[in-house]
Parts: sequence; structure tokens; C-alpha cells
Amino acid sequence: MAVKHADLAEKFIADEPRTNWHDETLWFVREKRDKAAHGLPEWEQLREWGSQIKNNTLSNLSNYLKEFEEKATANGIKVHWASDAQEHNEIVHKIIQKHGIQKIVKSKSMLTEECQLNEFLQHRGIEVVDTDLGERIVQFRKEPPSHIVLPAIHLKKEDVSATFHEHLQTEKGNNDPQYLTEAARQHLRNKFVESQLAITGVNFAIAETGGFVVCTNEGNADMGAHTAPVHIACMGFEKLIPKAAHLSVFLRLLARSATGQPITTYSSHFNKPRSNQEMHLVIVDNGRSKQLGREDFRNSLKCIRCAACFNTCPVYRRSGGHSYHTAVAGPIGSILNPNLDMKANADLPFASTLCGSCTNVCPVKINIHEQLWKWRQVIVAEGYVATSKKISMLGMSFVFSSPKIYRLMGKTARGIMHVFPFIINNKLNTWYKQREMPEAPKDSFRDWYLKNRKN
Amino acid sequence: MSARENILKAIAMNQPELAELPVIDIASTIRYEDSYTQFKTVLESIGGKVELISDLTVLKEQLISDRLNGKFVVNTIETLGDVDEKAAFLSAFELEKVEKGYVKGTVGVAENGAVWIYESQMINRLVPFICQHLILVIEKKNIVDNLHQAYEKIDVSKEGFGVFIAGPSKTADIEQSLVIGAHGARSATIYVIA
Ligand code: SF4
Repeated sequence: MAVKHADLAEKFIADEPRTNWHDETLWFVREKRDKAAHGLPEWEQLREWGSQIKNNTLSNLSNYLKEFEEKATANGIKVHWASDAQEHNEIVHKIIQKHGIQKIVKSKSMLTEECQLNEFLQHRGIEVVDTDLGERIVQFRKEPPSHIVLPAIHLKKEDVSATFHEHLQTEKGNNDPQYLTEAARQHLRNKFVESQLAITGVNFAIAETGGFVVCTNEGNADMGAHTAPVHIACMGFEKLIPKAAHLSVFLRLLARSATGQPITTYSSHFNKPRSNQEMHLVIVDNGRSKQLGREDFRNSLKCIRCAACFNTCPVYRRSGGHSYHTAVAGPIGSILNPNLDMKANADLPFASTLCGSCTNVCPVKINIHEQLWKWRQVIVAEGYVATSKKISMLGMSFVFSSPKIYRLMGKTARGIMHVFPFIINNKLNTWYKQREMPEAPKDSFRDWYLKNRKN
Repeated sequence: MSARENILKAIAMNQPELAELPVIDIASTIRYEDSYTQFKTVLESIGGKVELISDLTVLKEQLISDRLNGKFVVNTIETLGDVDEKAAFLSAFELEKVEKGYVKGTVGVAENGAVWIYESQMINRLVPFICQHLILVIEKKNIVDNLHQAYEKIDVSKEGFGVFIAGPSKTADIEQSLVIGAHGARSATIYVIA
């Protein structure tokens, strides 16, 4: 294991007030998700539908993909296939070269992060402007996003202010989010109106229609895609859904699970290019077909990237996205990344308490914590983990991984429910029903020991 | 073999046994006693404004006065007044200065405040996104309770593009503080014709 999650996490928690802030902010997002979910009596039914639709999709994926390709092509969209990140990047690069394009805007796409498209293009002398506000902030700072929905959640407004002062010449020390957002708006609107190429992600691609849907709150995907003469949309093949009617299920689940909003501000349905516009769609495998063949882990391909599992995860909240050293962090990232590179990511399935909160909130019912546990078996069996680590097979490994983390988690846990988010006593939570709620001790063993040793 | 064939072959080999699609029983999904009130409440909670009007008079007057005052507006609604067909040919650079866009929506959704707009209702795909202030007009009878019903009423693939818009553009990317007016419209007012 080259970089260890626990080591990176130690760095993150060195700043305790900031760690607490990060923890509380994400917990707040999780609470908004609960409120939105509980506002719909059919929430559990929706999750079930979402899960079943995705199960069906995965079980008939090769046909759906062919259907999608046929319909999309008939709609005038140029469909490309990429086996891996390199091929994906080369396809995009070729389109850029063909048109001699200089000005490129990109809205949020975790796939292009996974493929490291920006770096690839940069090495070839091509700049891409990320246009999601959070992504622009981290791009200025030469950092990767730390969260798939809230890319700059690890930063405070003072950090953003300093970054914008440097890059956008905003007033020094003006930390007002309204003021800073306005500065980014002006800066990025200039980028939009002169853009020659817009790259977007895809939230859902519909086999039945050959169209695709992109969801944003800021409107950045649309500002780029409807301006630029060339639009390239990039998607992992698991973004497919069978029918347009299924969009209702997923759009009802997505934003509620992500941020507690009833729907994102913009849910844009692209079917055909504008007249004189070129629209490309790149379908990427990059390890997904392999994951599909792993019976224990194929369910991870149902993910709709809502990040609910991040926000609820006591380990993510207290260790930050960068400690996962991969494009997709959090619980789901810890299942996807070992498939891509087991050796480099062998630490990730251990970055979990296996509390199961992720599984409880997942809108498509992925058995996240069970898969994390299963990855641990695989990783140990393949010899990627030190014997001393084997204790962590049982769970709570992250908490035990460093004395400092253990103390920090423990202190909070005794006072605040949110470190044990799985203990939620509501009638929808069937997991809870079958289990005893552990009593939190007043003192930890360590506190008790320190106190009593003195006597 | 091409990447396409490789990928499709690997998928066909690795995909599990066929699992049935669920039957989506729309009758079991949420209904509201008063869809309009729900629509208004939700939209206002996400930064939009909703006005119930009995006919188009107020809007017609608003459009006339906007034009008289030299405001750069784009009207795409025939029943309101002259339609700015030229918007179809304006560049993003020019449209960036549009103060107000008047756009008709097809369906409103009570559970989430979203309004469906077809490409033909925008004239130019950029209009509802790039204008500083967005005015949407829908008919009260076209407000449905939930998204399932909305998808039954629209045909997503009828035109080249279509969108659900729920309120003004927003972001919370700086310390989770909600700011209205990220890249798209700074305000969204939805006029509902009774
Ligand atoms: S695994 Fe589930 S909860 Fe996590 S991001 Fe994916 S869909 Fe959301």
C-alpha cells in the first residue's frame, strides 16, 4: 500500500476545528436528505424501483447499449467507445485537434476525473476550464475535488477568498460567499460565451430514446453545451437506463439523496445536436466490464453518484475526501477503486467502520458495507495487506488504525449521535429493528484508564 | 477487434441472469390536495417566485413596459406579444446581455417545483439559461402532482432538447452557503394562469 488512507486522514484531522466543521457540515447535508426522503411516503418503494431498474439494466446491458447506440446515432449523435481512460482521453483529444479548438469549458464529470482528462490535455498544451463553481475553485488551487457532489467541501470561505484574490483579483479578505460567487459568475460567463467546445458528464442515458440527461444546479452544463459548436458528453456505460419513464424514479431519488433538494435546478434532456452543432458521446468501460463479472461487487455499478453514502459516513466526514487518494472517494469509491488497481487501493476498503449507514441511505440499495467487508477478504487473500492489519477484518478498522483517530472519534461518539448514524430509530429503518442499540459508555476505556491509573 | 466489440463482448459475458423490470405503479405515488399550493410552496422554498394570474394582461403590460424602457428582453410566447424570432440566430455573446426571457412551459410539477420546457418553446436553447431573469408561464391545469405524471404528459424525445427547470440558478459550493444566481438566471418567476 503506497499511500495509506489512515496516514492522509491523520493529516486532515490535525486541524481539529476544521475537521469538526467538515464533519458537521456533511452531517447537516445528510439531515437535509432525511427530511426530503421522509417527505415522500413512497420513498422506500422508490428505492426499490430504482434498485430493480438498475438490476434489470445490468442484466441486459449489452442489448441496452446497442439499442442506445442505434437510437443516438439516428438522432445525429456520434457515439464513441473507449476501453480505458487512455482511449477516452485520446478520443476527446482527437476531436479537439480536428477542429483546432482552443477554448474548452467542462462541467462536472466524475468520469473525466477518473480518466484524468485535464492532465492528459494539459500535457498536450490544451487548457480546460472547469465551470462548476466548486470545481473551478479546486482547479485554481491545483487540487482534485474532495467530494463528487460538493467538490470544494474541504475548503473554508477564507480559502476561497484567498484563491479568488489571487486568480480573479477579488478584494483581499472579502469572504462573502455572495460576492465570491458573483466574481466567479462574471469570470465564467466570459468563458462560456467564447467557448468552442463543451465537455459534460452524463447522469442518465436512455436506451429507448438515444438521449441523455445532465443535472446541475448552476446551469453550467447548459451554458457550455448550448454555446459551443462542439459538445462532447462522456459516460461510464453504467449510466444507462432502459426507458424515459424511468427518469422519474431516478430524478426523484437523485437530488433528494444528494443535497435534500426535491430536484436539481436544471435537468436537461439532450436528444439531438442543434443545427450546425456536433454532438459526441463517449461510452467508457475502464474496468467496469470486469466489475460486472465480479459477482460480489457488480452491484456497485448501480451507483447514481448522489454521494449520500459520503455524507453519512463517519469516516469520510472525519477524514476528508483527499485521504482516499482517488477520483471517487467515500464508501462507494472504496468499492470501485480496488477493482481498478487493487494494490494501490488496498487500504480503502479498510477506511470504514462497516456501520452500514451507507447501505441504509443508498437510493439504489447497493449493499455498500457488505461489499467493503468482502473486499477486505479478497485483499487479504491476495496478500495486499500486512498481518497486523488483519484485526481490521472485523470492522472499525479505520477507528483502530491510529490512536489519534480513535480518540477523536471516541470523544465525539460518546456525546453525539451522528458518529453512529446507523442508529436511527425510524420505522423505515429495518436494519435498526433487528439490532440492539449499543450503550455508549460515559468514559472511554482510555479516559477511564488515565483517571484510574493515577489512583 | 474494436473497442466497441470488446466492450460489448465482455459485458455480454459478465452480465448476470436477466432480472425483470419492476412495474411502476403510478397510482401509489404521492398526491396533493391542492397541487398549485404545493407547487408554489416548494418553488418558493428553492428561491423561485410564483404568481397566480387570471389572464395574460399583467404580463403583456410588463413586456410592453420592458421594451419601452429599452430593456433587452426575449419573448418566445406568441400570446404575449411580438415573438423575438431573431433570438434563434443570436450568439451567446449577444444573448449574455438579455435582461429577461419570457418562456412558456408545458407542465409544472407540484412535488418539486419543476417546469418542463421544450426546445421549440425557447426558440434558442440558451435563452432560459443565459437570461438574467427568467419568466415562465404555465397553465394551472397543467400542474401535476409528481414527476411520474409529468413524464406521462410529455414526450422527452419529441424534440432535440428539453429541460425541467426548478427555480433560479444556485450554488452552495462556498461553505454550503446558498447563493442564488450561479451561472444561469438570477431569478425565476413562474406565472400560473388560473
Ligand atoms: S453508492 Fe449509493 S449512496 Fe453512494 S453515491 Fe452511489 S448511489 Fe449514492
